[in-house]
Amino acid sequence: MSESEIIQSGERKMSIRAVVIGTSAGAVDALLRILPKLPESFVPPVIVVVHLPADRRSVMVELFEARCRIAVREVEDKEPLVPGTIYFAPPDYHVLVEADGRLSLSSEEPVHYSRPSIDVLFESAADVFCPSLVGVVLTGANMDGATGLRMIQRGGGAVVVQRPDSAYASTMPQAALDACPGALSLTLDQIADYLCELTMVR
Amino acid sequence: MSNPTEDIEIRLLLEGIFRRYHYDFRGYSMASVKRRLAQARERFGCSTYSRLQDLVLHDAAAFTSLLSFLTVQVSELFRDPAYFRALRELVIPHLKTYPSIKVWVAGCSAGEELYSLAILFREEGIEDRAMFYGTDINPEALQKAEAGVYELDRIPQFTRNHQLSGGKSSLAEYYTAGYGAAIIDKSLRKRAVFSDHSLVADSVFGEMQLISCRNVLIYFDRELQDRAIGLFKDSLVRKGFLGLGAKESLRFSQHADAFAEFSREERIYQKRGAV
Ligand SMILES: C[S@@+](CC[C@H](N)C(=O)[O-])C[C@H]1O[C@@H](n2cnc3c(N)ncnc32)[C@H](O)[C@@H]1O
Repeated sequence: MSESEIIQSGERKMSIRAVVIGTSAGAVDALLRILPKLPESFVPPVIVVVHLPADRRSVMVELFEARCRIAVREVEDKEPLVPGTIYFAPPDYHVLVEADGRLSLSSEEPVHYSRPSIDVLFESAADVFCPSLVGVVLTGANMDGATGLRMIQRGGGAVVVQRPDSAYASTMPQAALDACPGALSLTLDQIADYLCELTMVR
Repeated sequence: MSNPTEDIEIRLLLEGIFRRYHYDFRGYSMASVKRRLAQARERFGCSTYSRLQDLVLHDAAAFTSLLSFLTVQVSELFRDPAYFRALRELVIPHLKTYPSIKVWVAGCSAGEELYSLAILFREEGIEDRAMFYGTDINPEALQKAEAGVYELDRIPQFTRNHQLSGGKSSLAEYYTAGYGAAIIDKSLRKRAVFSDHSLVADSVFGEMQLISCRNVLIYFDRELQDRAIGLFKDSLVRKGFLGLGAKESLRFSQHADAFAEFSREERIYQKRGAV
């Protein structure tokens, strides 16, 4: 990926309405390289699915709240999306985006052994926000996210994948790249810059 | 962008189901309904939702199997042990002051939540004054609930949950195992009444001390949620308790003022007395 290609793909960023991120094994370290860099002026809401053990409280909010410049919350059912906020999926629930821009939870069957599932979030987000959506798949050791990312790509949204050779676990980003030829494949630092630009263009 | 034709077809399908079978999914959370209808369409081998509509409107058996896609049946005995621990430690002491106790489990699925409460009540010594009413719209689930039969391979998880909930006895005391299944003890089933009742269409259920409705409201849009919460409000005695799912709350409800937060963490509310 050359510098100019990255800038070119920045053209359509102005109208981005949401960013969705999915990650599994190695998630916390990867997200720590990205989310704290988002500036206070960051506009689109960011919805994050991390595969977590179902039977424990998630510490994501505590962990990231202390380090991020924008608000961090765990999703509540029917919560409206607010600009400049990071939403983490709660353990043991899928998160879906409703047409009115609220978030719904569901305890439907796990997908790829995962609840929350990245595919479930991405598919519903694509339905509501594409093409004005950015989908990001980071490190992880299963295939969740690939199908969802392809839906985002098909809907004309921007798709970004962590470079598999730079990922703690390469299975998930590799599966996403295989499903979405033409996705931007970037390092964590490049992904952080890419997302920060979403705000700078306006 | 969603496909506008498909959105129209899905609306028409839900309208058709309502008129033909009187099951009303029109006010459910659409993102999840769409997902499950997509699965159903694939399973039924229909290339469009219009074809699926054609099929289910003319074939009641097909509708019955569609119903299992439209209603999510995931549950466990003592699912979210911390909730049952909070009931045990915080709510039961209040319930002990009533000479008789009515408990409504709304959206009871195959009875897991109801039997968890029955076991809890027995451990706390108030089971003999209690009646448990389980309601759902899925007839298959209600049948399973009445039978109280669960696959044996679910028992280890149930047992773990029960212990984490502060269980004072061994779960094995409450079921008998045989033929690859665990059957809930008859003495517990005796206090349970299961019936068909829809939070969307039916009316109040009368004079409850405790209503537990977990992981049902998440499938409703906000208007339907408010209808259901209104039903709960009108079905509870003054100072009665309402327990919701781990990620549900009254925060976005118009009835929020009728309740006080009793355990914020475990989503337990208490109906306020008259003002
Ligand atoms: C995910 S299960 C919840 C089971 C259990 N309460 C728990 O939390 O483990 C949701 C249940 O709600 C039922 N349900 C869906 N719509 C309903 C309605 N309108 N009225 C009553 N029950 C409904 C479904 O059939 C299903 O059994």
